[in-house]
Amino acid sequence: MDRSSEHLIAIFFVVAIFITGLVIVGMGSDSGYILHGWLILLVAGFGIKFIADRMMDTDTSQALEYNDDIIKLGILACFAWGILGFFIGDWLAWQLAYPDLNGDIAWTNFGRLRPIHTTAVVFGFGGNALMATSFYVVQRTSHARLAGDVTPWLVLGGYNLFVLLAASGYPLGITQGREYAEPEWYADLLLLVVWVAYLIIFLRTLARRTEPHIYVANWYYLAFIVVIAMLHVVNNLAIPASFGDPKSYSLFSGVQDAMTQWWYGHNAVGFLLTAGFLGMLYYFLPKAVNRPVYSYRMSIVSFWGITFLYLWAGSHHLHYTALPDWVQFLGMAMSIILLVPSWASVFNGLLTLNGAWDKVRTDPAVRFMLVAILFYGLSTFEGSFMAIRPVNALSHYTDWTIGHVHAGALGWVAFITFGTMYKLVPWVWKRDGIYSIRLEAWHFWLALSGTLIYVGAMWNSGITQSLMWQTYDSDNNFLYSFMDTVDAMHPYYVARAIGGLLYLIGALIGAYNIYMTVRGPERTKSRGHAEPVIVPGE
Amino acid sequence: MSTRHQKLERHSIAFTLMILVVASIGGIVEIAPLFTIENTVEKVEGMRPYTPLEQAGRDIYVREGCYACHSQMIRTLRSDVDRYGAYSLAAESMFDHPFQWGSKRTGPDLARIGGKYSDAWHVAHLKAPRELVPGSVMPGYAFLATQRLKAERLPSLLNALAKTGVPYSGEHIEQAAQDAYRQADEEANDEDLLIERYGENVNVRDFDGDPNLVSEMDALVSYLQMMGTLVADDDRPGEKVLQ
Repeated sequence: MDRSSEHLIAIFFVVAIFITGLVIVGMGSDSGYILHGWLILLVAGFGIKFIADRMMDTDTSQALEYNDDIIKLGILACFAWGILGFFIGDWLAWQLAYPDLNGDIAWTNFGRLRPIHTTAVVFGFGGNALMATSFYVVQRTSHARLAGDVTPWLVLGGYNLFVLLAASGYPLGITQGREYAEPEWYADLLLLVVWVAYLIIFLRTLARRTEPHIYVANWYYLAFIVVIAMLHVVNNLAIPASFGDPKSYSLFSGVQDAMTQWWYGHNAVGFLLTAGFLGMLYYFLPKAVNRPVYSYRMSIVSFWGITFLYLWAGSHHLHYTALPDWVQFLGMAMSIILLVPSWASVFNGLLTLNGAWDKVRTDPAVRFMLVAILFYGLSTFEGSFMAIRPVNALSHYTDWTIGHVHAGALGWVAFITFGTMYKLVPWVWKRDGIYSIRLEAWHFWLALSGTLIYVGAMWNSGITQSLMWQTYDSDNNFLYSFMDTVDAMHPYYVARAIGGLLYLIGALIGAYNIYMTVRGPERTKSRGHAEPVIVPGE
Repeated sequence: MSTRHQKLERHSIAFTLMILVVASIGGIVEIAPLFTIENTVEKVEGMRPYTPLEQAGRDIYVREGCYACHSQMIRTLRSDVDRYGAYSLAAESMFDHPFQWGSKRTGPDLARIGGKYSDAWHVAHLKAPRELVPGSVMPGYAFLATQRLKAERLPSLLNALAKTGVPYSGEHIEQAAQDAYRQADEEANDEDLLIERYGENVNVRDFDGDPNLVSEMDALVSYLQMMGTLVADDDRPGEKVLQ
């Protein structure tokens, strides 16, 4: 596809999005919905101007260097959403400890703020980190420039518009009410278009590669992109009330809806928060320690194991419910087997460090990555364990689940991201190194202590509350009322909020360190990175 | 294995398709049969679609994110059944778009909350939870009592639900706004039309104690008061052994 036909296709889709914005502004009856219409108009209008400028630009020669500017934008978006997500998360933690902080106003109450936290962290922080790093990895491993003149910018811009529509909709009462899939139908349609374009530029960049084999990190990024597309489409099948109303109803109901949602929910974890970040691990860890990936065979086994098994495990979120037993038992069995490919990745990562263990002591970025692998190992073990029915009878509906999720999100996802960013930022901005190793180390220790306090508090509160729920006295009456069990949570909720605060402070220090690195001087001598090659005859 | 895989990893399109095939198997095996195996959702007496007022209340429940802290699923565990009532049947959420089974109990399960407390209790508790339940960590929802229920939206909402398979007829849809007033406003006439459409098991009264306004509080309380009340104990299928 040449440059001008790319422009035409791009302008078609952006104009279509612009018209959707017009329809929403014109027909909308809900103020939040109309605000979204204006947001869409603004961003799509900016997109149209951007494409038009590129069309006018008569210099059609293909740039002969990597497209690193798009990566820079993705990194900045990742940190911006991350800080917002961590802040809202900690605010929610304080609300649970001191409920007067809710303010009892619609848009400040826990229920409306909570999805802002999950969306900003999962899609804003995690999604942008994956887009930015996938663009870096696919270019470097293919020795080719990212495909597309305008498409990468539209993908990243459109994706962030989606996250913005999602996060700004919840306080205004716009939600589908499905966990981690709360955005309404128009935002979902936008994401679908963006995601298909993302897959296309990724595949077209791979097609330019000079090396015949596709590097293992790209397998994971590809699985992340493909499976998220599948999950997104199926789980968001819905009937909107009208063009004038943001509200839609999911196509499925009750038990089928529950199973579809947790098939989605568990695999948003599996393919966004796991596979995508394993892609990050498989590129940036070997680069950071200058060692090859320990085992190629183990990579294959763990990749296909995860790709196959994860999709069976969702039903462990529905143990002892009205979901038919056969699905529950199947989900439990597959969840246990899933530990094998998960730990294959853990050992592949740890053994890659062989011969470079000294770097764990000297390089905080490598320390971030090592701890990330350990937390990945811990949370995958814990996940399989919690999928066992009798264990689930204890853990489900309690803070143990929250602790488990945060061991994965804070300890694995964010640690591997921070470790990667401390390497990637100096590389793409061509700096000698990070602004301050000392601050990097401070970030590490704050993040680690915050995570341990958080997870420790939630293990204790979860198990305590569950045991209290199940305790009978000698007359076969419950020993504790529900309120007794809520009262018992208070100290743990305070501890959790403090842990989250430490994590937030660490992230702020990290953001400052990144900012100062970007502001600092360009590097003095070449680091000897492979030069990009010219891609012939596009 | 390695040599065959080396071939696969040279072809990006083949690799992509392989991912799609391998990843779709789990969902096909676990989800598709739920639509075809008949006893997935039991046939029980008593289930009916939500009245327009209850559905509006349910939409408010979804909008406010109540599912973040409350489940609507009593599991087949002794401690669940003893605390909350008979375990939830699949049929009891057959008209729930979307399902609201929840994943966390920061507050108690609500699957059978209907009829356990008075309307006045619910209204006072929603307005200021800690005045009735000291130590509660629930936010207050006093604003619901002053917000007018936008009943004019209900026909298009019921129409969308009908398209997903909820058995609302043209008459149900057409009369949705009036039916909401018939249920919540004691002054309104033609309650019998509402009963005719939705059956005897419909609570008709001024839920929030404010006769001057059909509010979002009316809708939410009407929803809470019918939750888990449709299937009578005698109509439940044989009980499972509790674990």
